Amino acid sequence: METAIKFENVTKTFGTIVANKDVNFDVKKGEILALLGENGSGKTTLCNMLAGIYYPDHGNILINGEIATIRSPHDAYRYHIGMVHQHFKLVDIFTAVENVVLGLDPKDYKFDIKAASKRIKEICDKYGFEVDPNKKVYNMSVSEKQTLEIVKVLYRGADILILDEPTAVLTPQESDKLFNVIRNMKADGKSIIIITHKLQEVLSVSDRVAILRKGAYIDTVETASATTQSLTDMMVGQKVDLNIERPKVEHDIPLLEIRDLSIKNDEGALAIDNVSFYIRGGEILGIAGIAGCGQKELCEAIAGLRNIESGDINHLGKSIIGMKPKEIIDEGIAMSFIPEDRLGMGLAPSLSITDNMMLKTYKDNAWYNPFVDRKRARNKANRLIKELEIATPSSETPVRRLSGGNVQKVLVGREISAGPNVIVTAYPVRGLDINSSYLIYNILNEQKKKGVGVLFVGEDLDVLLGLCDKIMVLCHGKVMGVVHADKTTKEEIGLMMTGSLDLTEVKKDKDFGIAKDSFIEDKPVDFNSEEIIDKFKEEGVKEDE
Amino acid sequence: MTSFISWWTSAVVFGTVIMYGALGEILTEKSGHLNLGVPGMVFLGAFAGFASAFLLEQKTTNPVVLLLIPLICAFAAGALGGLIYNFFTVTLKANQNVTGLALTYLGVGIGSFGGQYVVKAAGYETFARASATSSIYCKSIAKLGGLTDPFSKMFLSYGFLIYLAIIVAVIMFIILKKTRVGLNLRSIGESPATADAAGINVTKYKYLATIIGGGISGLGGLTYVLIYCQGGWMTANSIEALGWLAVALVIFSTWKPLNAIWGSYLFALLYWFYTNANVFHMEFNVVQADLVQMLPYLVTILVLIFISLRKKKENQPPASLGLNYFREDR
Repeated sequence: METAIKFENVTKTFGTIVANKDVNFDVKKGEILALLGENGSGKTTLCNMLAGIYYPDHGNILINGEIATIRSPHDAYRYHIGMVHQHFKLVDIFTAVENVVLGLDPKDYKFDIKAASKRIKEICDKYGFEVDPNKKVYNMSVSEKQTLEIVKVLYRGADILILDEPTAVLTPQESDKLFNVIRNMKADGKSIIIITHKLQEVLSVSDRVAILRKGAYIDTVETASATTQSLTDMMVGQKVDLNIERPKVEHDIPLLEIRDLSIKNDEGALAIDNVSFYIRGGEILGIAGIAGCGQKELCEAIAGLRNIESGDINHLGKSIIGMKPKEIIDEGIAMSFIPEDRLGMGLAPSLSITDNMMLKTYKDNAWYNPFVDRKRARNKANRLIKELEIATPSSETPVRRLSGGNVQKVLVGREISAGPNVIVTAYPVRGLDINSSYLIYNILNEQKKKGVGVLFVGEDLDVLLGLCDKIMVLCHGKVMGVVHADKTTKEEIGLMMTGSLDLTEVKKDKDFGIAKDSFIEDKPVDFNSEEIIDKFKEEGVKEDE
Repeated sequence: MTSFISWWTSAVVFGTVIMYGALGEILTEKSGHLNLGVPGMVFLGAFAGFASAFLLEQKTTNPVVLLLIPLICAFAAGALGGLIYNFFTVTLKANQNVTGLALTYLGVGIGSFGGQYVVKAAGYETFARASATSSIYCKSIAKLGGLTDPFSKMFLSYGFLIYLAIIVAVIMFIILKKTRVGLNLRSIGESPATADAAGINVTKYKYLATIIGGGISGLGGLTYVLIYCQGGWMTANSIEALGWLAVALVIFSTWKPLNAIWGSYLFALLYWFYTNANVFHMEFNVVQADLVQMLPYLVTILVLIFISLRKKKENQPPASLGLNYFREDR
């Protein structure tokens, strides 16, 4: 097979960070090459150099055997290279066809919307997908937008396609559809580079895999001869245990108890509907559910960021309803929520790591001291950088300059360093590579061993099953049941997530979500009494079996 | 009826001043530039138009020269404002709001100082007039044909700049809506990263749109001096206030050139309502007049509330308005 792209000693640095160092590999015509690497290993940077967003500091890119100078996206199109970016490059208020014709070279294309619509239809028919040329982008779903991006690239006659984490936002069914399109394109003789974290996808769709580690090129292997384990080891550079550890911890008293809680979302609809559950010390309670079934509202309510409709949230027998977020933090409840854009909540992107540490501790000064304690915050930042292996030039680097995984480490690390006894964490490994994910799991497990109660809102069922002790499944804001992770299956949880199986109906006699040793009682309890706490501990173990 | 016609005719001229300012700013904002220097550029255009006309009149009486040179000078002065703005925000990546406000003060400062200089150098105290040029600019079909019926008075009694403004608005509408250039420009205002990735030269478009936009705003100043003030330059004038009205009009017209046409006349009618209130058998004292003059701004706020409530994407400002674009920013 002929070679379509060849990288020769390609190097790119940003300030002091080396994004790519001496990258050497090639992509053949009619081949699907998966580009694999951890967060910040330089995959996107490398592809951006092909697409003309960045220009290499030195080294050559050869297209069809000739040295190519790609200084701008425009140049990239001349070499028939098209990239579908992770964050879509589409104009929201334009129609599909307007987005496609945008920026076409006047020399090659007449400005004719109607003719363009027709050609879009032809392309769609050829490769087997659907785009309505007159639909506005803001009315499109994520997968429609992605399809449009691919059409846009094909319209320009691209022979080399780069897809940057195309499945990160797709459902499994949509991903399968995408892979079919990619295989059709391959059959058509096009070269495809696909960047992804999901090893299963790499194995199912690609012909070869190129691996990058910390900006350096490691190796290219035939997919047929690779396994999940072998790819991970190469990517990380050491043996990685792919099993998530679940340490057995003696169950403790219920720390956080939630009773008959109802919360409304921003639109005024009921997001959480009459939910009761509790978290014990030394356990990780997972929350599974389809996106948008009330997880966000629940987290916000616990952190004091959202008013509740009715019900009660108790922390060690004390209601935290109506408390300010700061008071709730002082109670020992930490919340870290990683939203879809990964930066929106919890960190101030333009502030340094040190300053972000200070956001939570600036009030800890003596009352007479009007100055913030920058030194202590910096020490804390440096400690986290070392312990969590955060890749950053210094503790004074603005958080938004870090790569996604490192940003999340900063956030989770800060929440944990406050020494909470309840951690609410939502999607802490969203978009993270394997190594960083396991680091986060380890952090959570360590907290669990210390007797901290963890509420883990997750997306990946395999992770929930591996990491959590119990899993509560939500469907449209209602609890479908709480199951023990080692006694359930993915299928059962899947059924509960879609509402097909409701364990609270099946086992009506059981009081769901209410601990036997609940602190919420009619008569006041003396919590300082050792005797009572011991009693709670004993009963807790029994009840959970 | 006659009092309404005089209200209407003065409003059309006054409105045209705002319309030029707003059209220039619409073009600028479509490229993602929030240029708050509109008052400055209108002022620069007014000064350049007046000064060139006033000085030329002492050298020549050739009507073509007197027509063209002030027109070119006013456009160039406004465009220069746009160029300064570009240099700071695109090349030096300075903050757009700060640059725009600075440009307003710069334009108003240079304009007042220069104007005063010209007036004083000619031996006047506070007021001078470029009357020959003004009479050329005020030539109208109604005047040439001696038409006095109400229709001619209302629609044919203006100098060419008034009609040119409408033509500019229509041309801008066609370019923005129907052509490749317009599509490219709008995409830059919405999402420069997208435009860049599509191979469009973002810097070139931003520069050109803002410079041409500045020039169009400058023509507003020319209209003000040579038609509305009939060639007169007062050392104390209210051009800056007109510039802010133009900025309000951009919002009122929801960034659509065709809306700016009727919007500008409506603004002018509302602005001068207090002196023409006798049409409705009303009269205002000084305090009330000031309050009534707020009407255009009040209407703009109402429009803002209305479009925010409707949440129609097409009526929103360009999505990246006010944000500078760095290609390698993360």
